[in-house]
Amino acid sequence: MSNEALLFALYVFVLAGFLGYQVISKVPPLLHTPLMSGTNAISGISLVGSLVAAGAHYGTLSNVLGFVAVIAATINTVGGFLITDRMLRMFRRRPTDKP
Amino acid sequence: MNQAYIPIAYLIASVCFILTLQGLSSPKHARAGNLLGSIGMLIAVVGTLLLKDIESFRWIVPGLIIGSLIGAAMSIWIPMTKMPERIALSHSFGGLAAALVGVVEYIHIQGTPELTHFKMGALALEVFLGFLTFTGSLMAFGKLQGVITGAPVTWKGQNAINISMFLGALVLLVFVVLDPTRSFIFYFMGVLGLTVGVLAVLPIGGADMPVVISLLNSYAGLASASTGFALGNPVLIIAGALDGTSGFLLSMKMSKAMNRSFANVLFGAFGTGEGTAAAAAGGSAGGAAYNLASLEDAVGVLDAAQSLIIVPGYGMAVSQAQHATRELAQILEGKGTTVKYAVHPVAGRMPGHMNVLLAEANVPYDQIFDLDDINDEFARTDAVLVVGANDVVNPAAKDNPGSPIYGMPVFNVDQARAVIVLKRSVNTGFAGIENELFVRPNTMMVLGDAKKTLRELTQGLKEEAA
Repeated sequence: MSNEALLFALYVFVLAGFLGYQVISKVPPLLHTPLMSGTNAISGISLVGSLVAAGAHYGTLSNVLGFVAVIAATINTVGGFLITDRMLRMFRRRPTDKP
Repeated sequence: MNQAYIPIAYLIASVCFILTLQGLSSPKHARAGNLLGSIGMLIAVVGTLLLKDIESFRWIVPGLIIGSLIGAAMSIWIPMTKMPERIALSHSFGGLAAALVGVVEYIHIQGTPELTHFKMGALALEVFLGFLTFTGSLMAFGKLQGVITGAPVTWKGQNAINISMFLGALVLLVFVVLDPTRSFIFYFMGVLGLTVGVLAVLPIGGADMPVVISLLNSYAGLASASTGFALGNPVLIIAGALDGTSGFLLSMKMSKAMNRSFANVLFGAFGTGEGTAAAAAGGSAGGAAYNLASLEDAVGVLDAAQSLIIVPGYGMAVSQAQHATRELAQILEGKGTTVKYAVHPVAGRMPGHMNVLLAEANVPYDQIFDLDDINDEFARTDAVLVVGANDVVNPAAKDNPGSPIYGMPVFNVDQARAVIVLKRSVNTGFAGIENELFVRPNTMMVLGDAKKTLRELTQGLKEEAA
């Protein structure tokens, strides 16, 4: 990685962290669990790296490790978004009967 | 497809992720935001599958199918009370995926000029944090599930060993960055991460779980961000940074709600073991008489109350009493009683644990109040119903400087006219601290399983009305 690329990556990291701080401070305690499961689903983006590890021409060992990583990351993304939605569906303002 | 366009997919995904978090600022937009996030993820995955580096789908397709099936099954069938366990497991999967990607990338570029000092640093950090998160979260899961004892496991020199392992990892990191050819150091860092994960979580008690889970959330995010640095992929950096800050912010909030310094939290809640032991030995309320009340007495108090505040705690989750709580509240509301719920930031085993359970029981969220918003109201309230909460209602935090939880912000439950405490037994709570609230003259203890007691109270109130 060249120096410019490194600098660029650091820029992205710092700015994203700052933005994250701003946005996440506004999340009420009510939604802290969905926040956690939601960010969990988002950080399952390491799936992107896992897919390359499992599918590129790197050798069998790498592909098998990548395969395990794909399973783990997919559990997090698919499971994370689904369970966050399941939780958020329950939050209601006025008393209503369950569907 | 032209490879140059693929980063655009990552850009779209990044924007979607930020909007997902923005949506969570209110329950109204949260679901739409979550949907947007999943769309962003899909775009990023499709973009990746179009990369020319990917030559075979032999491992990818089964991996995606198996992962989706497990992920969906876990999400659909897991009970809401098991949410902390579910979250701990997913942190461990996140850590594992990041660490494995790091190992593969290292094997791939080992011995090539591509392995720069910087890249080596990012990979080493990724593998260390990833494996640490993996075993640390598995330990947290084991403790929550009761496979491993929930009590702090401590031994002599534990803090010194843990700190030196952390420092050792930092030294190794410097070494491996200076000389990326030493592959044994790289693998050793992975092993060290696995070990530190186990050792750092062992001394932590169940009541500290909200902080630990938040912290592991942060580590999982930082591991993902390191992956992004190693692979030079901005979407990984952005998602990892968001996850990392989220976990960091939550653990700060949790530690503040427990009146613990952040340094104390960052190094895995050091001192918890000693604090708990001291508390168990020097309980101030030990021996004093509890005011055990019958169901009829409790029904009488609830029936007469014009205003009621319900304080749920981990005991409500254990006994799955959220629905029974809501049923009792509905009966009282039907009689014109004002019912509010007071939720402490660290009630339960993870941030927001109680809110999710109350939401599941269909409690409208405008009836749920945070510590600061409701604490002045207790003095004006007829009755308080404590359902399985302990430390967050312990007045010792306010007026006993010798108590290990002294200084922790707690509910002013003791100021209410009458307090009914539902508890399994008169044993000390999870943190092993005696609770002076239980021996106050205006407190009535109703012992037994919370769900069963609540059902009986509801029945009693119905009969009273009839």
